[in-house]
Amino acid sequence: MTYLAEGLPVPVAEDDGLDAPYWDGARQRRLMIQRCSKCGTFQWGPEWLCHSCLSFEIDWVEIEPTGRIYSWERVWHPTHPALKEQGPYLVILVELPHAGNVRMIGNLLGDPLQAVQIGSAVTADFEDHKREDRAYTLVQWRLAKS
Amino acid sequence: MTERTLRGKVAIAGIGESLYYKRGKSPTPEFKLAVQAILAAAEDAGIDVRQIDGFASFADERSMPVRLAAALGLTELRFCNLAWDGGGGGGAAALGNAAAAVAAGIADCVVVYRSITSGAFRRGAGLAGNPTISGDRVTWYPHGMISPAQMFAMKVNRFMRDHGIGSAALRAIAMASYHHAQMNPRAVMYGKPLTEEAYEASRLIVEPFHRLFDCCMENDGASALIVVPAEWVKNLRQKPVYVLAAAQGTGYREAARSHNAPLYASAGFTSLAPRLYETAGVKPTDIDTVQIYENFTGGVLMALVEHGFFKAEDANEFLTLENLVAPGGKLPFNTSGGNLAECYMHGVGLQIEAVRQLRGHSTAQVPNAKLALMASGPMVAPTSDLIVGTAETL
Repeated sequence: MTYLAEGLPVPVAEDDGLDAPYWDGARQRRLMIQRCSKCGTFQWGPEWLCHSCLSFEIDWVEIEPTGRIYSWERVWHPTHPALKEQGPYLVILVELPHAGNVRMIGNLLGDPLQAVQIGSAVTADFEDHKREDRAYTLVQWRLAKS
Repeated sequence: MTERTLRGKVAIAGIGESLYYKRGKSPTPEFKLAVQAILAAAEDAGIDVRQIDGFASFADERSMPVRLAAALGLTELRFCNLAWDGGGGGGAAALGNAAAAVAAGIADCVVVYRSITSGAFRRGAGLAGNPTISGDRVTWYPHGMISPAQMFAMKVNRFMRDHGIGSAALRAIAMASYHHAQMNPRAVMYGKPLTEEAYEASRLIVEPFHRLFDCCMENDGASALIVVPAEWVKNLRQKPVYVLAAAQGTGYREAARSHNAPLYASAGFTSLAPRLYETAGVKPTDIDTVQIYENFTGGVLMALVEHGFFKAEDANEFLTLENLVAPGGKLPFNTSGGNLAECYMHGVGLQIEAVRQLRGHSTAQVPNAKLALMASGPMVAPTSDLIVGTAETL
């Protein structure tokens, strides 16, 4: 079972392939982030060049899928018809210390009414959306076991 | 070489509005509303509508300048401009662009406008019918971060936690807007006062800080202003209001994808506000009234801090209803009711209210108002800013 009800638009990589390594990685349970091969700057979301040194030589590297909550929100008024019966859900912004503190949006799995603290440690949880075509995997998060 | 600034070079000659309606309730089509607002602004200015030779608007405007020019029988169209992206963040930029065109002699009489029938165009329906998505939004949309309220609450939460700001500060912003709307017969929420109890009882939209009354309305209507060279003011019907400064844009990587702006918990004015004040030659304490785009009250809070009206640490103390209302408050805010309670004209109504204040015509008049600041955006990229003043401020 997925955290949010099925029926939201299916995420697909851009036609130009910019973010394809991220989605391919997620399907294999690997968290892939861009890193400049020249100056080492991490970058998310993906772009064609490094914003720091302007090099086009950018690698995709697998990073340790742990982070901490930078901010959070609990949505009570969903706007997409697929989420009409969803009830409240948690969206978090996760800072990734193993990738230069870039940030990534995800859902915090578990009780949607749980108390949430900025700074809490979280671990990625790869959520498969099985479909006949365009199957995909979302990178979700759980509170890290202390 | 003359100084490269807009200060005092152009004036806002006229203001005009259609009737304002709840979303989907306008009996008049969008383009017709636009024309009505423009004709009203020309009438207000005492300008023959055929003197108009330019149009400036911002993201998502549908009433095209060339159609307007043909429909109005304009002799010549010399300037068409649309400020890019950022939703309502381009509102003050549209006026700044119009002012720049007039100051540079590209055009003489430029209309700044917005027309919306949000119901007819299913605004807010988003991507409900789309089977797939891609691009930047693919990093947040599948997690249920879809509406503007959901995209911005994340910034607001971080800012309020960082600075220890409580929800009463946001309540004061919402209540000031509704308070002023009760004096404004044009306002959609005229006759519908908001109490503390009603605010606290309203449903949560996005926790922790945004309730129903922290969110702007969705409306139908049109608003327009006319910008002319300062030399024209002697022939105008109204007391002139001058543009002292306009600013637009972002700071360093503010639009970095997937919520990666280095300064994340921000309304987006940290780079604009200092150069706005510098160009205008005024300080925050000189401003008599502020008209701040309220998509959500949390954005107003950050915008007020970033424009130097108080420090984040003092927000709980400063943001009270008493401080925000005309005539006696320290910082009379959104004196027409604004996007929350007058009409969500994507901020153009707030520009009109700034002009009314300086003419002395507001329904919630600040005594002897000479300087008004108007900010478009908060929390989007780009944002934009405007300071207008009376003749004595030049």
